[in-house]
Amino acid sequence: MSYLPFVLAAWIFLVGIFGIVRSRHFIHLVVCLSLTQSSTYVLLLSIGYVKHGGAPIFKDVPLGTKAVDPVVQALTLTDIVVSVTVAALLLALAIQAKKHAKTMNPDELRPVRG
Amino acid sequence: MTRRVRLALFGVAACGLAALLLWSITGLPKFGDYHGAYGKILNKRAPQERQTSNVVAAVVFDYRGFDTMGEELILFAAVMGVAMLLREPREEEAPVPEDPVRSDALRAFGVSFAGATLVLGLWIVAHGYVTPGGGFQGGVVLAAAFLLVWLAGSYRAYRGLARAPFVELAEGSGAGGYVVIGLCALLIGDAFLHNLLPYGVAGKLSSGGSIPLLNWASGLEVTAAFVLLFNEFLSERAVLIDPTRRPS
Repeated sequence: MSYLPFVLAAWIFLVGIFGIVRSRHFIHLVVCLSLTQSSTYVLLLSIGYVKHGGAPIFKDVPLGTKAVDPVVQALTLTDIVVSVTVAALLLALAIQAKKHAKTMNPDELRPVRG
Repeated sequence: MTRRVRLALFGVAACGLAALLLWSITGLPKFGDYHGAYGKILNKRAPQERQTSNVVAAVVFDYRGFDTMGEELILFAAVMGVAMLLREPREEEAPVPEDPVRSDALRAFGVSFAGATLVLGLWIVAHGYVTPGGGFQGGVVLAAAFLLVWLAGSYRAYRGLARAPFVELAEGSGAGGYVVIGLCALLIGDAFLHNLLPYGVAGKLSSGGSIPLLNWASGLEVTAAFVLLFNEFLSERAVLIDPTRRPS
């Protein structure tokens, strides 16, 4: 039980990559990549968890109350923002692929010749 | 490489990676037993040192403010990238597509809901350093209010609200404002992004020194960035579903 959240993060990561490897559609691929990245949120948040700790917000809670680690929570926030921006960029590239190569299947894209 | 070979290769590699991950997990502290020094010190000291009751906000906008500036600039650059990728091949502005919403009740409900969402977003941004929330979280809610206008109202109304020059200006000043606030600290002789205003009393909106300013700058940046993304993707949709241009 005490390692379960970490194992969950590893599982989400591997499942996400599995989805990317066997993807037949760019939108599906972007969703799989977002899933892969969400494993890092699970990992960060579960590392920072302190048993019976509350949120690191000391409003109406006396200072010194047991609370979880605020640093990893801030890192997760950064992580989410980066994940969203990457997804947006990749979706824009998917639109371009649809327009120029007339396909949404990564396997059908030919290598770019210069 | 055929699909079969690729999947087989992945199977082998994934088994190896899974074994390595499981091995490394056994070296981690047990779930709930984390004893990171920084988090403990911050939880103990930040509420008094910065008069900020939300320690996560204090980390994001003060102790790790420089990191957040990088994050804002990543967002800025990515949105610029999307705009450049999608705008260049769009030769002409597509005609405004018809709106699928025909029910007046749905329209009225959706548009009034957009108002409520706007207020909620402002509230989340404003209280970000007091209670859970902040510029990033509230900014996304604010952008969702714009999206609601399109979903339940009309595309024309949405375009009227989210005019490109205005949104671009807001995005630029959000990202630039953050940097300028950092430079202000340099001007008065402190380190870059050093907290330069009086800290006030924790739990009040006036607390946290320059944390509220940075919080609002990132709120503006995130809202404008998302609205700009919606703009680009929705114009793309307008081109794709334009009935006058049949795919060749």
